[in-house]
Amino acid sequence: MDQDIQIKITDRDGKQHEIAAPIDMALNLMEVVRLYELAPEGTIGICGGMAMCASCQCYVLTNHSLREMQDDEEAMLSEAFNVRPNSRLGCQIQITPEMEGLEIELAPEE
Amino acid sequence: MVETDILIIGAGPTGLFTVFEAGLLKMKCHLIDALPQAGGQCSEIYPKKPIYDIPAYPEILAGELTEKLLEQCKQFEPGFTLGERAETIEKQTDGSFIVTTNKGTQHKAPVVAIAGGLGSFEPRKPQLDTIEYYEDRGIAYIIKDPEVYRDKKVVISGGGDSALDWSIFLSEVASEVTLIHRRNEFRGALDSVDKVQELKNKGKINIITPAEVTALFGEHQLESIEVTKSGKTPVRIKTDYFIPLFGLSPKLGPIADWGLEIEKNAIKVNNALDYQTNIPGIFAIGDVNTYPGKLKLILCGFHEASLMCQAAYQIINPGKRYVLKYTTVSGIDGFDGTRKEAPKAVVKSIR
Repeated sequence: MDQDIQIKITDRDGKQHEIAAPIDMALNLMEVVRLYELAPEGTIGICGGMAMCASCQCYVLTNHSLREMQDDEEAMLSEAFNVRPNSRLGCQIQITPEMEGLEIELAPEE
Repeated sequence: MVETDILIIGAGPTGLFTVFEAGLLKMKCHLIDALPQAGGQCSEIYPKKPIYDIPAYPEILAGELTEKLLEQCKQFEPGFTLGERAETIEKQTDGSFIVTTNKGTQHKAPVVAIAGGLGSFEPRKPQLDTIEYYEDRGIAYIIKDPEVYRDKKVVISGGGDSALDWSIFLSEVASEVTLIHRRNEFRGALDSVDKVQELKNKGKINIITPAEVTALFGEHQLESIEVTKSGKTPVRIKTDYFIPLFGLSPKLGPIADWGLEIEKNAIKVNNALDYQTNIPGIFAIGDVNTYPGKLKLILCGFHEASLMCQAAYQIINPGKRYVLKYTTVSGIDGFDGTRKEAPKAVVKSIR
């Protein structure tokens, strides 16, 4: 399917999932994780995707150039826990064709 | 003891609309919420953000929605226990329930409706090993009485409005205020950021950035903290109090221990009928429940509230028949004596 890109997501138990992320549904990374139920409901995307919680924090493991961090994401990450230099909020990263081959790891639950 | 017909846990949109639906059936409601104000997430997390899927409102701010729901249910005189978290539930021999909050307030009702959304909002705690030991021994997540800090040394951490505002306030009360944040930038109202800058220049607030509190020390009471600036050797700072202000996050909390069936962090209900849980008399409506095909939408919470009230009516008025009435036809009789009704047409001949 040309509407999908392949990405690899490591869940909170360390298991890697290779999944097809649709690019025609205006999804973000947090929603893709929920789509494939890679984290229990209620532990990810708690604020609904407003960058107002850090439940969708993930570590970006590849060198893809992603949407630049906006103020609200940066502010939220500055107060989140388990933050690393490659931390991002999944809800702020829209799935695009350029993200083919992306690898991310979900940060631990707070 | 507060006594009511339907005890609603959670004063978010679903809980508030329940008051209205119950009122139409002459049942009185009382709401408990851990937050100090009604509205749930809508008023706590995103009051200034628009919602586009409330029927008949092409666009409405979450804060405005809360105001309108309060206005709509006002004549049914709901009671509120705010700033307290529902902690325990006990079934009485007469079939009613007693719900007690963390502050000991007791509520009795024949029907309990849990409209708890994502759960109660609890302060986010920094991940430090000994932090729980020092709670109430120098560590606080909420400032209840600022006088506690008079002439004491206080360390605040966080980078948002509450960290800024309390640093400003306590700079007049405490003997020393230190503000620690992981970044150099603070996010808050421009006024607050400027004020903190001014107080820093005057030497009334110490600011340590970019830094984190990494350890806590003290025999029985907090005596000092370790502060680590990125890439530098940690330093110890003497302090009487450490107040981490990292906002709130929702937790299902004590409700999870009430013997209700939980699935996917939500309460399982019977959606074929009336959103009752596995315990007769306890219902769960809105984002807090789950069933096949569940959608966590405000509008679904409203629908669930109206069906739940029908079942509550049968519990409170056993065997009594009920026929659906339309507000347009019957009007609304408030418990406060007010009446709303459609204007009557006149019958008059025209010559």
